[in-house]
Amino acid sequence: MTNTAATAAPAAGRPRLEMRGIRKVYPAVVANDGIDLAVLPGEIHAVLGENGAGKSTLMKIIYGVTRPTEGEMIWEGQTIIPENPAHARSLGIGMVFQHFSLFETLTVVENVSLALPGAPELGYLARRIEKVSEKYGLPVDPRRLVHALSVGERQRVEIIRCLLQNPKLLIMDEPTSVLTPQAVRKLFETLRNLSGEGCSILYISHKLDEIQELCHTATVLRAGKVTGTCIPAQETPKSMARMMIGKDLPVPQHGAPAEGGEVRLRLAGLSHASDDPFGTDLKDIHLEVHSGEIVGIAGVSGNGQQELLYAVSGEEPLAEKHPVQILGAEAGRMRPGRRRRLGMGFVPEERLGRGAVPRMTLAENALLTAHRRNLVKKGLIDFAAVDVFAFECISKYDVKCGGPKAQAKSLSGGNLQKYIMGREILQQPKLLVVAQPTWGVDVGAAAFIRQALIDLRTAGTAILVISEELDELFEICDRIAVIAKGRLSPAKRTADTNVEEIGVWMSGMWPGAEADAEVQHAA
Amino acid sequence: MLPRLEARPEPSNTMRYASPLLAVALTLLGGLVIFATLGKSPIEGFRVFFLSPLKDAYGVSELFLKATPLMLIAVGLAVGFRANVWNIGAEGQYIIGAIAGGGVALYFEGNASLLLLPLMIVAGAIGGALWASIAALLKTRFNANEILVSLMLVYIAQLTVSWLVHGPWKDPEGFNFPQTKMFHDAAILPILVEGTRLNAAFLVALGILLAGYVFMHRSFMGFQMQVAGQAEAAARYAGFSAKRTIWTGLLAGGAMAGIAGMGEVAGPMGQLTEHVSNNYGFAAIIVAFVGRLNPVGIFFASLLMALLYLGGEQAQQYLGLPSSISKVFQGMLLFFLLGADVFVNYRLRWSGGKG
Repeated sequence: MTNTAATAAPAAGRPRLEMRGIRKVYPAVVANDGIDLAVLPGEIHAVLGENGAGKSTLMKIIYGVTRPTEGEMIWEGQTIIPENPAHARSLGIGMVFQHFSLFETLTVVENVSLALPGAPELGYLARRIEKVSEKYGLPVDPRRLVHALSVGERQRVEIIRCLLQNPKLLIMDEPTSVLTPQAVRKLFETLRNLSGEGCSILYISHKLDEIQELCHTATVLRAGKVTGTCIPAQETPKSMARMMIGKDLPVPQHGAPAEGGEVRLRLAGLSHASDDPFGTDLKDIHLEVHSGEIVGIAGVSGNGQQELLYAVSGEEPLAEKHPVQILGAEAGRMRPGRRRRLGMGFVPEERLGRGAVPRMTLAENALLTAHRRNLVKKGLIDFAAVDVFAFECISKYDVKCGGPKAQAKSLSGGNLQKYIMGREILQQPKLLVVAQPTWGVDVGAAAFIRQALIDLRTAGTAILVISEELDELFEICDRIAVIAKGRLSPAKRTADTNVEEIGVWMSGMWPGAEADAEVQHAA
Repeated sequence: MLPRLEARPEPSNTMRYASPLLAVALTLLGGLVIFATLGKSPIEGFRVFFLSPLKDAYGVSELFLKATPLMLIAVGLAVGFRANVWNIGAEGQYIIGAIAGGGVALYFEGNASLLLLPLMIVAGAIGGALWASIAALLKTRFNANEILVSLMLVYIAQLTVSWLVHGPWKDPEGFNFPQTKMFHDAAILPILVEGTRLNAAFLVALGILLAGYVFMHRSFMGFQMQVAGQAEAAARYAGFSAKRTIWTGLLAGGAMAGIAGMGEVAGPMGQLTEHVSNNYGFAAIIVAFVGRLNPVGIFFASLLMALLYLGGEQAQQYLGLPSSISKVFQGMLLFFLLGADVFVNYRLRWSGGKG
């Protein structure tokens, strides 16, 4: 028994859910190959594995999204295979997806009502949502339209939607990646309460420390097979990582911070009113990023990150020139192409559809931004040169794919991210702006990407990273600032701060923040 | 056991190219059924509609003649369609191109310069492009939907040509028919094969198909437009101008339609009348999609569409069917194509049993 885990493990007994010999064959791949899994009532059970290990497929089978090719599922003693998610929900199974399943044109409350049986009265439902969101520390306004919500807020809606149905088994796919450390604490409390009330939880995550803290047991998958079952409290993150990827994880090597590099990006009083009524207005943002340093911006999503990135990348140019200065040039009104010509590279948060065109090949996607590297001659594309570039990017950045002719959408999130990162780095940017470098990326690829960023910094590039993963920022950044409600805190040297302090700052309370607000108010 | 549509993991490339062929086969089949229900022998109908137009060299030349405006317009439209720029008004741009080209011919009446025809081509292209630029301007300035604007401009163009041939440009010696004077020889496109009506516009069309291929598949601008069509956010991220995409898409379609219109008045018609178009501007939309927005495909699709035009005429003559029979076939072709295209992204599953 795991007394070290924060909640007492449930007593052994009849499992609530048992999967036996689950096998799922897709035309091109065997996603699950004889998986056994048992979850007790009230147990928090981690499912660990790299991208493509078969975790999502297994969860989809349990939630009725897809059917297994072979094997059986036993739910509360009965052999049953859910036919569809509605059936699974009626059995008492809820799931929070990693990729959200919300209708963007509907409000939060309308989205939630769609998942509930019958036609609940919306006003009453809105109040229930508010209650649940308060109880579990998941603030969200039920009347807002989903398209205007940030990634983090959308996830909150998904979690609330499940909790409203009082599930007996809750499946959570990477739930904490967009929460503040304090909010993660609160979510864990929630999950422990649920577990104490007898609800079983299947917890999918790649964050080994979280699993260690929260979960009673863990099943580790690799390449569609179970490679081990363990009690996380008795393992180390290192030993679990080894089970998961089959080898030791590289630890990023970080050199001493360079001092006195030239300013490559300067935000000088950047203010911008968002066009979106639910967007965040940027208010008087000041920041300098020097050559040879990585500056990180932490914050809960929806606090102005998207707007800041649009303003810096030029996807939404400003009315004035001076607030954004790139390599000394006043670039506020420039479009993305001109900013890139100054020497800026940019890796956006969304890989498919923004950083890459899903149905185009990797070679064509190289052309998207790397065309400046002599890949276009007299208006015509030099396809041979494009292939060479794509091939270099694939081999240097260890992108697992079918070659330069593979479609972008055929790659896993981590591999596509490595490719996009490689594409931007190979253009030798003087300034690189990266949003969520490792969101939804497996641990192996994440370590690789972080190391690539550190190497680039050591080579003299100025790097701005916006991430919601604090651990990541502390691992790679020389200085960290926090964005909250459209304002940016001063940047602090990573060595002089800690997760707790930054966590407090993430709710908008940094020294001088209130004074600023008052000045603004008086003006 | 009921068939069920199931999303494919990724769109089928085989089906993308098989779909037009399937649509053609189904259109043929549908045609046979229509002949039978009209009390005609399906075999006779098939022979008259699809074989007799091609029974001799003259028939083949007519096929190329009819295909010329279709391939010109379709390749221009494809440039825009690939970028999600929906120019539905090629019919109007075609008419304005005919007016501009014809206007030049009438203005320089009697001038035998070799530059006259090239000038007429340029005038046709500019006329069509100007007409399309109205839609582009309204789209980029006010975000007005280009489908509606370009379509409504068709009716204005039709009324404009009607007014011209009934009024200021009417041939004074034309017995009050609504038509202009016949163009003089220097303003008529040279015939390619003696004894046929096939003229130099066909060569122009082939050249433009080639240019269209280079633009769409080899040029960086074509690539940018394709990105804009497939993923708007990615185009914005890369810094490709959305306005330039809209302008290029609409102007390309307009200019090609304008050249097609000019080719018709300076070719088989030899004068401007109010029936300058045979619905080529609309039929070319079908051609563009049957040809998969690809110049090679458009070449073959325009021949097919031209055959439907010729077959329709034959069916009127020899089977006593109404002239709308051509449009019925065009409609069937589009209908079956759209139906077959569903299977690019979906497949049929015969599920029963355990469900």
